[in-house]
Amino acid sequence: MTVQPETIISFRGVKKAFDENVVFTDLTLDVLKGETITIMGGSGTGKSVALKILIGLLEPDGGTITVFGQEVNGFRESDWLPIRRRVSMLFQSGALFDSLNVRDNIAYPLRIHFKNISEEEINDTVAEKLRLVGLPGIEAMKPADLSGGMRKRVGLARAIAMNPDVILWDEPTTGLDPINTSRINRLIRRMQDVLKCTSIVVTHDMGSAFNVSDRIAFLYDKRIILVDSVERVRQSEIPEVKNFITGRFEGRYQDDIA
Amino acid sequence: MAHSDSFHPNLRAEALFILVGDLFQLAVRVLRLTFSRSLEVVETINQIRLLGIKSLSIVNLTAIFAGMVMALQFGTSMARFGAREYVGQVVAMSIVRELGPVLTALMVGGRIGAGITAELGSMRVTEQIDAIRVLGADPLSKLVVPRVLAATLIMPLLTAIADVVGIIGGAIISNLEFGLSPMFYYQSVVELLKVEDFTSGIAKGLVFGFFIGLIACRQGFRTSGGTEGVGQATTQTVVITSVNTLITDLVLTKLLLLL
Repeated sequence: MTVQPETIISFRGVKKAFDENVVFTDLTLDVLKGETITIMGGSGTGKSVALKILIGLLEPDGGTITVFGQEVNGFRESDWLPIRRRVSMLFQSGALFDSLNVRDNIAYPLRIHFKNISEEEINDTVAEKLRLVGLPGIEAMKPADLSGGMRKRVGLARAIAMNPDVILWDEPTTGLDPINTSRINRLIRRMQDVLKCTSIVVTHDMGSAFNVSDRIAFLYDKRIILVDSVERVRQSEIPEVKNFITGRFEGRYQDDIA
Repeated sequence: MAHSDSFHPNLRAEALFILVGDLFQLAVRVLRLTFSRSLEVVETINQIRLLGIKSLSIVNLTAIFAGMVMALQFGTSMARFGAREYVGQVVAMSIVRELGPVLTALMVGGRIGAGITAELGSMRVTEQIDAIRVLGADPLSKLVVPRVLAATLIMPLLTAIADVVGIIGGAIISNLEFGLSPMFYYQSVVELLKVEDFTSGIAKGLVFGFFIGLIACRQGFRTSGGTEGVGQATTQTVVITSVNTLITDLVLTKLLLLL
């Protein structure tokens, strides 16, 4: 008998709108423990909004969200603290603090969550995380001195400083050259292997999605229309999915360039 | 001619109500956090140092020229009535009770208010404020409270410095243009000014500083629309802090006169 992986995050009928702009009418998705799932969809379909709702940066207008078996709707800011110890996020731009060097950026969550942590422990953790993302010895550098790819990797080192159970990846390969894209893709896989963590990746980069995912969820018309393995998504006959993968202008994807 | 939506009177009134509501809410939260254990003392001291040093030269420059111009204007007018020996008293009273705190607030509002908004606005559009929340910290404690406190505490200090520098500016012109000795100028000023004159100006500085910090942080936190949005928010901060300083000054002057 095969054991079904545990669902650790679940969206049920989530609704979200910004004034007149409706983003989700019925977002429903289960995330299984230990998997790497990619939420794929065109620009402006609300992929990043889904992540921000999940981590409590945005509030949903309706539906329920369950994280580690706990319903998080209506959480106050202080209620999110235990969740945010276990779920971290890599932002699209890296979101490193410009005023702090690499070491202090990575040490930031450690100092917040462990009030009595020693400087030695911080040094060890920072060095370990930098090694894990392939950037040893850059502790003293400032974010302004880093390339786009390096910023994302330092952002990842900060995101994994607390050894999270779940990592949210917001467009991790956007704006990167192919070499850095491959590096980030390998890191996504490595986090799954080394840290045994669950990853939710948001991207419209097809290559990256096919490369790193165990499953892909396809976001279209304000809801998830398909959740399946990479192979099945690749072979999907759903016109919207097919058109997106092949880059054809059909249905809602109209060629609006004169 | 068709007006754009942003100039519609109803929308402007709505924006004003939102601003006042936001500032009230923010003020309550900042005051609550200030007296809690989560106060970031080191960061607050750092901000006081940064904002104070940044503002000192512009405040001094403004004060000395304001004092000099006032002395020149009053001295010339009062000489017609044979009352030029009173120029020091008039200049000192105007600076200490009114011009010192107001000019300092206008200068500091422009200088550090814009700086705070630009810094927090950039952090907002580059998702650094979101990152602070996700990493488990409260952006209000980490960013807003230290800046509001720093602005509130440095303003009385800067006002006091501006008062002294402005009076010295008046003394220079009184001596060079009207032949009043510095000692005579000093004695006439000391004879007239009371402690209440100073404290009313300092109290105004305290209130102006609180509002400058509050408005600048609120504008920074509400920034959207990338680098263009940062520019807009910064400009708005200068306008709002300036208008607020003038309105608050009127209210405070009336209140302090009643005391």
